[in-house]
Amino acid sequence: MRRILSFLAVLGVIVGGWELYKFFGESTGWELPIGTDDLTMPHAWKIIGSFFEPVQRGSSEILAVFLLKSAWFTFREAALGFILGASFGLTLAVVMLRSTFLDRGLVPWINISQTVPLIALAPIVVTWGRNTFLSDTQAVSLIAAYLTFFPVAVNGLAGLKSPSEESLELMRSFAAPWHRTLIQLRLPAARPYLFPAFKLAATLSVVGAIVGEISAGVRGGLGRVILDFAGRYTTGPEKLYAAVIAAGLLGMFVFGLTNAVERMVVKGPGTSSDGSRSGGSGPRQTILGLARRVLAPASAS
Amino acid sequence: MTGPTAVAIRGASKTFNEGSKDEVCALTGIDLDIAPGEFVSLIGPSGCGKSTLLRLIADLLPTSAGSVEVFGKPAAQARVDQDYGMAFQSAGLFEWRRVAANIELPLELMGWSKSDRQQRSAEMLELVKLPEFGDHYPWQLSGGMQQRIAIARALSFRPQLLLMDEPFGALDEMTREHMQNELLGIVAELGTTVVFVTHSISEAAFLSDRVVVLSPRPGRVHATIDVGISGRSDDTREDPEFFEKATEIRESLRSVGVAS
Repeated sequence: MRRILSFLAVLGVIVGGWELYKFFGESTGWELPIGTDDLTMPHAWKIIGSFFEPVQRGSSEILAVFLLKSAWFTFREAALGFILGASFGLTLAVVMLRSTFLDRGLVPWINISQTVPLIALAPIVVTWGRNTFLSDTQAVSLIAAYLTFFPVAVNGLAGLKSPSEESLELMRSFAAPWHRTLIQLRLPAARPYLFPAFKLAATLSVVGAIVGEISAGVRGGLGRVILDFAGRYTTGPEKLYAAVIAAGLLGMFVFGLTNAVERMVVKGPGTSSDGSRSGGSGPRQTILGLARRVLAPASAS
Repeated sequence: MTGPTAVAIRGASKTFNEGSKDEVCALTGIDLDIAPGEFVSLIGPSGCGKSTLLRLIADLLPTSAGSVEVFGKPAAQARVDQDYGMAFQSAGLFEWRRVAANIELPLELMGWSKSDRQQRSAEMLELVKLPEFGDHYPWQLSGGMQQRIAIARALSFRPQLLLMDEPFGALDEMTREHMQNELLGIVAELGTTVVFVTHSISEAAFLSDRVVVLSPRPGRVHATIDVGISGRSDDTREDPEFFEKATEIRESLRSVGVAS
């Protein structure tokens, strides 16, 4: 309840600041860094109102419903991308744990993979897809997976390596084979590291899906909607703002979804809800550094 | 209490990073026999390799030279055959498992059926006097209780040998003495042989039948002191015999150059 209240308070400050800036610019007539006319900065209530207006003149569908359908379309692409990327990332982490040779060999490539601008890569993936059996939406999922695997692989590996030397010796004293140690010790111990990565990966999969849709020209999702509304900006700037808000809400939704799964899977302290017990601030620090690195190329595109 | 020697160490040595610049000789020329049912403590200044010696017995580390036999077989075979249980300084319970499931972990790895496991973990909880705590999570238990669960886990499959690496090192003095009493009761009941690494003179004097004093870098057996105070109880700690033994251990430690 308190969190909702403070969230609404911050929302109020943002909307208030927006309107205050606009009012200030319009009443003084000064030239501010960002123009304050209705085309550049539509009124907050016009943006909110646009959700309940028809998508276009003569259409019976209101914008909110249209955006919801588009978001569902993008969500499905992102979800597939998340599952593919997270599975691949976790597999990679296990492989790198198993083989120090591959660990050393793969790390630079994994890092390089994330410096390649997604916007440049997306058309290649789509072309590949068209020449094989992949549909364009599946290609978009693949692009989303490309962003998703990285935090899961890096944090997953840190998590798999997190058990203490004594815990590993204990498993060895039980003559436990490697895969039993993985399942009984390393994977459960990795959960406080994995879930922050999953949360980041979930929001990244939405970013990847939207960027993928835009560069692949896939119809039906939020990416295309943003592109269309940007093209018709002058006739309805508030619609583009509404679409961007919808993309943000979708990101929040997938974040919340992973959070809910975490609460079901991980119980008690020693989990990320009380990280101070087992992992300390380790997992979180790793993930913050990651967020900066991963989001930089994506948001630049 | 008869049969083959529980632990037989012949000319064992351990060198880390062998052949490299950072070569460290941790142990050299260790000869030691431990009889079944005996309680032997390894004591020595820090860095004398007492924990390393325990790990050679456990086959957690390979020997550089010499041999280690456990119940007449090579240490590696004994580990695979689950001839020993082990307890560390940190209880090392898996916090995502309930207490009972922690005790059952080795049984699970050995492929015991669920009902057998449950029956055994209930018995073990009884043995360590925590019968109501099976459904708790480790973090709901105090440090001493966690250590008791760790002992229950190490003994759950009834190994004849228990290897302990400063298991009470992180506990406060009162809890520690209480745990020492408990441990003696448990191993007496099960007839378990114990190899116990400690840096506490009074702990070694109270618990052991025999104390092995190691000298530092490279670790060697400096002296073996027979202790074996009979009929031990809390009062033993105020006994002249206990003080005599503690003094003997202390003097031996001083002569290897620990007290600075």
